[in-house]
Amino acid sequence: MSASWKIRVLLLLAIAGTVWSFRPRGATSIERKNELSAYGFFTGPLADLSPADKVITYILNTPLFSNYAEKLRFIKLPEGEKALFNDSIVFDFPTGTVLIKNFYFFQDFRKPEKGRKIIETRLLVHQETGWEAWPYIWNDEQTEAYYDPAGETKTISYTDAGGRKVTTPYAIPNKNQCKGCHIRGQKMMPIGPSARQLNRDFTYDAGVKNQLVFWNESHMLSGLSDDLHSVPKLAVWDDPSTGDVNSRARAYLDANCAHCHSRLGPASTSGLFLDISERNATHLGVNKPPVAAGRGAGNFKFDIVPGKPDQSIMVFRMKTNDPAIAMPEIGREQVHREAVALIESWIRENTFN
Amino acid sequence: MKMLYAFALTLISLAAFSQKEIQKKIQTQLIEAADGDVIVLPAGTFTFDASLSLDGKKNVTIKGAGMDKTILNFKNQISGAEGLKITNGSDITIQDLTVQDTKGDGVKTQLIEGMVFRNVKAEWTSGANEKNGGYGLYPVQCTNVLIDSCVAVGASDAGIYVGQSKHIIVKNSKAYQNVAGIEIENSWYADVYDNEAYHNTGGILIFDLPDLIQKDGGFVRVFRNHIHDNNQVNFAPKGNTVAKVPQGTGLMILATRNVEAFENKIVNNISAGTAIVSYYITETPINDKTYKPFPANIYIHDNYYERPDVKATSKGRLGKMYKFKLRFGKNVPHIIYDGIEDSQMKERNICIRNNQNQSFVNIDAGNKFKNKSRDIKPHDCEQMPISPVVLTSN
Repeated sequence: MSASWKIRVLLLLAIAGTVWSFRPRGATSIERKNELSAYGFFTGPLADLSPADKVITYILNTPLFSNYAEKLRFIKLPEGEKALFNDSIVFDFPTGTVLIKNFYFFQDFRKPEKGRKIIETRLLVHQETGWEAWPYIWNDEQTEAYYDPAGETKTISYTDAGGRKVTTPYAIPNKNQCKGCHIRGQKMMPIGPSARQLNRDFTYDAGVKNQLVFWNESHMLSGLSDDLHSVPKLAVWDDPSTGDVNSRARAYLDANCAHCHSRLGPASTSGLFLDISERNATHLGVNKPPVAAGRGAGNFKFDIVPGKPDQSIMVFRMKTNDPAIAMPEIGREQVHREAVALIESWIRENTFN
Repeated sequence: MKMLYAFALTLISLAAFSQKEIQKKIQTQLIEAADGDVIVLPAGTFTFDASLSLDGKKNVTIKGAGMDKTILNFKNQISGAEGLKITNGSDITIQDLTVQDTKGDGVKTQLIEGMVFRNVKAEWTSGANEKNGGYGLYPVQCTNVLIDSCVAVGASDAGIYVGQSKHIIVKNSKAYQNVAGIEIENSWYADVYDNEAYHNTGGILIFDLPDLIQKDGGFVRVFRNHIHDNNQVNFAPKGNTVAKVPQGTGLMILATRNVEAFENKIVNNISAGTAIVSYYITETPINDKTYKPFPANIYIHDNYYERPDVKATSKGRLGKMYKFKLRFGKNVPHIIYDGIEDSQMKERNICIRNNQNQSFVNIDAGNKFKNKSRDIKPHDCEQMPISPVVLTSN
């Protein structure tokens, strides 16, 4: 065999290897349906949201706040396929994966048994061409949800956990606004299901189990480290047993802000980076002047003034629902008061790491 | 053909519907637009309670029936930080319409390669008011930006604001009753010409700020603009850099390198016809170690200056500087240089030559104004002209 032949064979092998490794994993793309019920994700009355076989419920350590809506999350992987574990960003899910996120309000948050109203269901679907967001809006009868890419503003009434009667506008985002958050380096991506968010116990029918272990045992996940202690775990923002104020505040900012406020997110323009891995205090906002904040800056000079939450733009923007000022930009028709309190104590404590 | 079809479709479909349904129809059209589509909006005033958005499209035009004929009104907006948001696309044109009374920014476009604004007005109908949104027309992280024959009124930060972008032309446009009329910030290769900036706090600002992804802005030409009567009291929220711009500023160049300003008419701006300053003048601490806070390679030539026989502003921190430190009385020089020295770069090439009615002061701000000097000789020099901007699309 001549040298040039050897090169050709090697080249062929290399090309074959490339083709093999880039072959999309998983099933083919999913066809979009007009009615949510048509996918068969749920059994029984649709509003019960009882998952069908292979539709798995999951929860996150620190979820994104959405105007005080409760959320019920499910994942459906294509038959015989697994997500690929990594410890820093959202798992690599095979084509054909669907994440199903349902937004609802209890009529009375003190008495969930009195019933709930489901507002919208958002599907994140991994197509061969990438992830897509398909929003569904529920009808008033709660019998069906219909695909609607344009979004809508609803008026919601409920009694909150403190017994207050609340009536609030609830802006269902349009399809593009979904992408406004679900984007990383210009590509649409899920936000929630990362190792640090999923690494917690959940009560399954068969008993309590760590979600990552359950996914692993159910052949939904490959590459999970044997040593669960080495897997990062995000603090639960409102559970002091899971972390100190700094780690809970950082968890909250990571889940609620970092999808935009990171070097690869749409708010990279601001220089404010709030992902859990950020170590530069200025980029976290400490004594950092605002950029292009408009009215969002208020009369304040810095994103965070150590020890002084009342002079910190971060708190100012969390404390209002004025759309010109409020952060995050969507899902914030109401102020998340408990989170404001957490960020205030974090700034007061002055431990930014 | 497609355009005519869309026009007919839109006209017929919008006539019979409520504002809420119209909002849904327009937003659905924006989402479902195919590459190459022209989305035609008929004449009329349409109100919206949430942002409209266009994302991930190529070669799409949004076209109204004319500025002040097709009006997208957001005064009842309850969600979204801007009126119209255009993201992640290429060759997008928006033309012949008005975006009005948004809660936040008017039109924000981000990560667009080839963004054209033509005959677009962004306005707040209450005029200069601190409750208005920040930016009127706001391209950021875009390349090949053309803003032509547009109008921006009432922005509580900047009317026309181009941030962290490359290859930009802003021409034939008007900006009034804003804090900053036209602002080019952290951007590369911009031509700003044949515009009229008036009744703002500052007419045209060329800024470079720290802690941003795109820094080292410059290669900006500002020419043939009419920059006059920018004496509006600053109404920006205090935290913004622009809140420090003194009332009565014509053209301000802050910490930017390679800026050429020529053949502008800079008239009746009471505090500074042209200010050339470093970031230190803002008195904001700098944490960004790679940031260069000084202006350099500045060439101010062949402009026409005129100002009324009045004192500079005494409002704000820089107003205090005028009143207590500079004490010019009514004899305020047209061109002001802060004179703060850069130990890294002694030769800064601040060149000023051949302006009509030229007058100058170096205020020696880094040295408690001790050696302020009206001597222009150290700055009587020439710079190489900056090359014109050529947009590679549209």
